Amino acid sequence: MTKIKSLADLRKMKDDLRSQVTLREKSQSPEGRVLIKVGMGTSGIASGAKQIMEFFIEELDKRNVDAIVTQTGDMGYSYAEPTVEVKLPDQDPIVFGDVNQKKADDIIEKYIKNGELLDGIIPANYETIDKK
Amino acid sequence: MAKYKMHMLVCGGTGCRASASDMLYENLKKEVQEQGLDNEVQVVTTGCFGFCEQGPIVKMIPDNTFYVGVQPKDAAEIVAEHALKGRKVGRLLYKDPVKKEQIPDSKHMGFYKKQIRIALRNCGLIDPENINEYLAADGYEALGMVLLEMTPETAIKEVIDSGLRGRGGGGFPTGVKWKIAHDVKGEQKYVVCNADEGDPGAFMDRSILEGDPHCVLEAMAINGFCIGATKGLIYIRAEYPLAITRLKIAIEQAREYGLLGKDILGSGFDFDVELRYGAGAFVCGEETALIRSMEGHRGEPTFKPPFPAQSGYLGMPTNVNNVETYANIPVIINKGAKWFASIGTEKSKGTKVFALAGKINNVGLIEVPMGITLREVIFEIGGGIKGGKKFKAVQTGGPSGGCLTEKHLDTPIDYDNLLAVGSMMGSGGMIVMDEDDCMVSVSKFYLDFTVEESCGKCSPCRIGNKRLYEILDKITKGQGSMEDLDKLRNLSNVIKDTSLCGLGQTSPNPVLSTLDNFYDEYVAHVTEEKCFAGQCKDLIKYEIIPENCVGCTACARNCPVNCISGERKQVHLIDQSLCIKCGACLEKCKFNAVTII
Repeated sequence: MTKIKSLADLRKMKDDLRSQVTLREKSQSPEGRVLIKVGMGTSGIASGAKQIMEFFIEELDKRNVDAIVTQTGDMGYSYAEPTVEVKLPDQDPIVFGDVNQKKADDIIEKYIKNGELLDGIIPANYETIDKK
Repeated sequence: MAKYKMHMLVCGGTGCRASASDMLYENLKKEVQEQGLDNEVQVVTTGCFGFCEQGPIVKMIPDNTFYVGVQPKDAAEIVAEHALKGRKVGRLLYKDPVKKEQIPDSKHMGFYKKQIRIALRNCGLIDPENINEYLAADGYEALGMVLLEMTPETAIKEVIDSGLRGRGGGGFPTGVKWKIAHDVKGEQKYVVCNADEGDPGAFMDRSILEGDPHCVLEAMAINGFCIGATKGLIYIRAEYPLAITRLKIAIEQAREYGLLGKDILGSGFDFDVELRYGAGAFVCGEETALIRSMEGHRGEPTFKPPFPAQSGYLGMPTNVNNVETYANIPVIINKGAKWFASIGTEKSKGTKVFALAGKINNVGLIEVPMGITLREVIFEIGGGIKGGKKFKAVQTGGPSGGCLTEKHLDTPIDYDNLLAVGSMMGSGGMIVMDEDDCMVSVSKFYLDFTVEESCGKCSPCRIGNKRLYEILDKITKGQGSMEDLDKLRNLSNVIKDTSLCGLGQTSPNPVLSTLDNFYDEYVAHVTEEKCFAGQCKDLIKYEIIPENCVGCTACARNCPVNCISGERKQVHLIDQSLCIKCGACLEKCKFNAVTII
């Protein structure tokens, strides 16, 4: 290890290392952030959910969108895999089906950034325990 | 470098390690590798999450899933289900003690809802053995700012303005202490970190040192710059091997990066830290005794003045602060005094770490803003009393503090309020008692501790506490008189007023506060020779209620001294002359046929 010789060096080093813990720091306060869940059941993975998840993680980071991307179990929409649930701050979550890279790109640019709705939304027909 | 999309944080504190969390870590790592996820999932050992009651803990990031009681053999299931398929492992989730429901993540746990973590900010977040993770979490930024963008005077002013007070117990304003040490002249000044945590049940200093050792080193260096000291010493008890190991690693790493040593960050300021081991004496938490012990003498306190700031370690100006106090310093510098002072009450700023113990559902380490009420701490964060029993008292401040009752539950917790009701903040131990606890026995327990730990230098403490203990012992055996109760009070006040150091000056507090709050219980012990909590063995008798006894023989089979007789399906009888009052019969009886009288 080399010595850190100035405050500027220290700050540069911190910026380089930052990514090691950003995910942990972000998840401490999920409020106010875009939350994205990618359905990762067997059928989801087979239809490319893993690549979609990686695409979201990388692109959101590149495009400076403050988001947390998690995986979740099979959401049950096997006819429309990969499925992605997006929750904008203070809004109800929306599930998108048949998400490929093009659509993922649209989700980021149109829905997340501008709030425009897209085709292929799966109407929410379920309740979670939280809501009860 | 791999870009991880999921982090598994495994608690590496002493509590969880005792339940094999290190093996769990190895297994998780192996499973992640076998599933080919090593570029996606990072397994990290972190410091304590505070939820020690149900360790080992594994927290999944980013969805905050909080797994409790995880065994090494559970690693495969967690990786296959959660990491690979995104399905939470239901059986390992934390269950609400009252509603018995599974809680999906830490954000929904009552335990964490009211907490603000400043001193514990990195515990359970970063790997304490990796300086890079500390740097990534703003580590050493505050030191850099102080060294290169501030003067000792402006930095001290920041600490004074923040309102931070000593977290070791006394509550002396930290910034003022620094200013005094700054103003004194001396050829070699010292900065000492007091890590001699001695209160029974308190373990916040250990957790900070185990979970975030660098923050203490950083704060000590800041302290050194502020008062003009180039040497730092950490006085730590040898009973904390994990904290010592992690501190050594941290010191080594900081030296390699040049964050300790000569000319730190090109500022021209030199500072280095060494460890000093204590043998675990309670009195060495008192700063003058601590300094004596570091010098190689017996750990006995000396008269103040001179204060350590004037003549401390080796006769040189010395500033002593507690671990938790130090842990607050880098945040105060980074976020500013104003931010810190916005948390807490008028005279007690910031947060305080408490170690919850006793008859409470969520035993563990919590950090809450000053001014929170005992009710919120015990019933919301602590999850209420175990087994649905009735709350009786809470002991704060360890052997130096007092017992608070139901009527104090809504008192906002801060230094001055606790003093006003006859207890003290102390280092932050909080022991909760229920209806089955006898308050005379509780104060006897604490006196037993002080008698053991008194260094013997001054007579009030050495002899007085012993006498207090003897009177309490007499009372618990049913041989006390009303006169003894007056004696207890008088003697307590004399010890308080005449002892040399903080140990003796506070040791009668448990007696005085229980006398104030539970006088009836003392009276019942001496006049009726009764212990209603059923704790004082000499005052109770186990008996079988003939109407309830069905003759199942469970009590007789479990009695360790075979003093219960009776045929099957016949009423049983306890031979009082042989009974050792262990209570096994009461525990085993399913028909409520055993009673204490």
